[in-house]
Amino acid sequence: MRRRIKRETLLSIILVLPSALAILVFVYGFIGLTAYVSFSNWNKLFPDYTFVGATNYLRLFQNPRFVITLRNLGVFTGLFVGGSLILGFLLAVLLDRRIKAEGLFRTIYLYPLALSFIVTGVVWRWLLNPGSPQMGSTGINLLLEMMGLGFLKSGWYTDPRIGIIAVAIAAVWQMSGYVMAMYLAGLRGIPEELREAARVDGASELQIYRFVVLPLLRPITFGALIVLGHISLKIYDLVVAMTGPGPGYSCDVPAYFMWELTFRANRFAQGAGIAVILLVIVSLLIIPYLRYSLRREVEA
Amino acid sequence: MRFNPARFLLYLVLAAFAVYYLMPVYVLVVTSLKSFAEVNLYRMWDPPRTFSLESFRRALFGGMGYQGLGPNLLNSIIMVIPATVISAALGSLNGYIFARWQFRGANTLFTLALFGMFIPYQSILIPLVQTLRSIGLYGSIPGLILTHVIYGIPITTLIFRNYYATVPKELVEAARIDGAGLLGVYRRIMLPLSLPGFAVVLIWQFTSIWNDFLFAVTVAQNPAVQPVTVALNNLAGSFIVEWNVQMAGALLAALPTLLVYIFLGRYFMRGLLAGSLKG
Repeated sequence: MRRRIKRETLLSIILVLPSALAILVFVYGFIGLTAYVSFSNWNKLFPDYTFVGATNYLRLFQNPRFVITLRNLGVFTGLFVGGSLILGFLLAVLLDRRIKAEGLFRTIYLYPLALSFIVTGVVWRWLLNPGSPQMGSTGINLLLEMMGLGFLKSGWYTDPRIGIIAVAIAAVWQMSGYVMAMYLAGLRGIPEELREAARVDGASELQIYRFVVLPLLRPITFGALIVLGHISLKIYDLVVAMTGPGPGYSCDVPAYFMWELTFRANRFAQGAGIAVILLVIVSLLIIPYLRYSLRREVEA
Repeated sequence: MRFNPARFLLYLVLAAFAVYYLMPVYVLVVTSLKSFAEVNLYRMWDPPRTFSLESFRRALFGGMGYQGLGPNLLNSIIMVIPATVISAALGSLNGYIFARWQFRGANTLFTLALFGMFIPYQSILIPLVQTLRSIGLYGSIPGLILTHVIYGIPITTLIFRNYYATVPKELVEAARIDGAGLLGVYRRIMLPLSLPGFAVVLIWQFTSIWNDFLFAVTVAQNPAVQPVTVALNNLAGSFIVEWNVQMAGALLAALPTLLVYIFLGRYFMRGLLAGSLKG
């Protein structure tokens, strides 16, 4: 029996070995190579692995465009993650009140998630096309005019001050349904007795959400934060399809700049530098989360 | 049933949100049904007066000075089917082992693999292109398939692992007593119970591979092998392509994943919740 178990342990290792090797090479090995390239002199078409220290990183931080992309990424992440969490939670709370046709509403709120960011970008580029003073408004601006809300009109992504906000609006449209679905599943998991007990103790509906529901939903908020956060930090396709870098790089993000630098301008080492910086930012979010999930699982 | 103003208001708010989420699809559908003569940016919210499918024909087969998306839709199909099937098969095997056969270091290995699900792929693109070039798969659909299969390992393994963890221990023990080994348990107990797990993973992978842009634009820049997302982005970025054709193209590119979502939404949801680790 013991020999059989030993043999099967060996077999199990052999079976996961191809996948483990693939991850080792394609994830960890490639990350190592990218980091290596970022310290090299490869800023032309053909590889040049001469070690140049932190030169590429210094160049990046001296480059105004890169600094703008970092600032845009901060604004985008705040608006996108915050907006999706609030809107998603609101929709879940509204739907959790024994709504007839709940399934239909849920389907409508969630379907954007099935689309690619390219499709979303193509449509929202037209929706947020402001039109012109001479020819008249179009898209959302036109809709606002028709509803008598003309004062809300904006230049959207053509306005260098708020370009990245326009991208965030489209991103929230796409991902808020996902947050709704997660919170709704969480709300369904809270026993009605708990809320009932709070009600008996004289808590208002608002207090129940504040002191009973939200604390119980904390793991879901945490999970949604991680998923939205890492999508946000990597955002690329949406910018490509919707705006490009925008006026004065007002819609630009690091992932977009990385691709342009690397594959259009052949500045591989600097592109690799951006990639490493992005990876470090994402890791600061993901590694604590993975450790937390692993620990929770070991305890369970 | 008495009229309840609060409930009425609630439904009104829900309906308003539904309108908000449907608005882009409205523009897509309405514009793509208009003829070119009728397309007008300043009348984009008006319903079509005439009914024309010309825009879809051009979006598929091309028009004056531009190519249609037809061949690219085909490329996407050729890419997505093998990539999805292979990653599901790998995920099932890996998930089974991580759920049931805890060799030493298995948990650490699993967590290390999970990290691969979250990394910004920018941090592997340069070596990926070099590697694909050196094995002769750069700029080809097989190269894209390989890429999607490898970077799909973490998520497919995770979904199957969580799924197989719910299979009752007693079933496995009983098969063990009957003399089934590692592969025997997989074949006789796990695989027959796997259908819902496969549905979740297949749908998840299908959607994310179909919708991928970053790998596609990096690995398959050659128009002959471009998947539909890249071609759509080019089509929509071109000034010579009529606006109704752009909208029809976007609709065509979105259709497969939308249909999957509408008809298999239940499994889609489960993949979604699995995608956030323990849900």
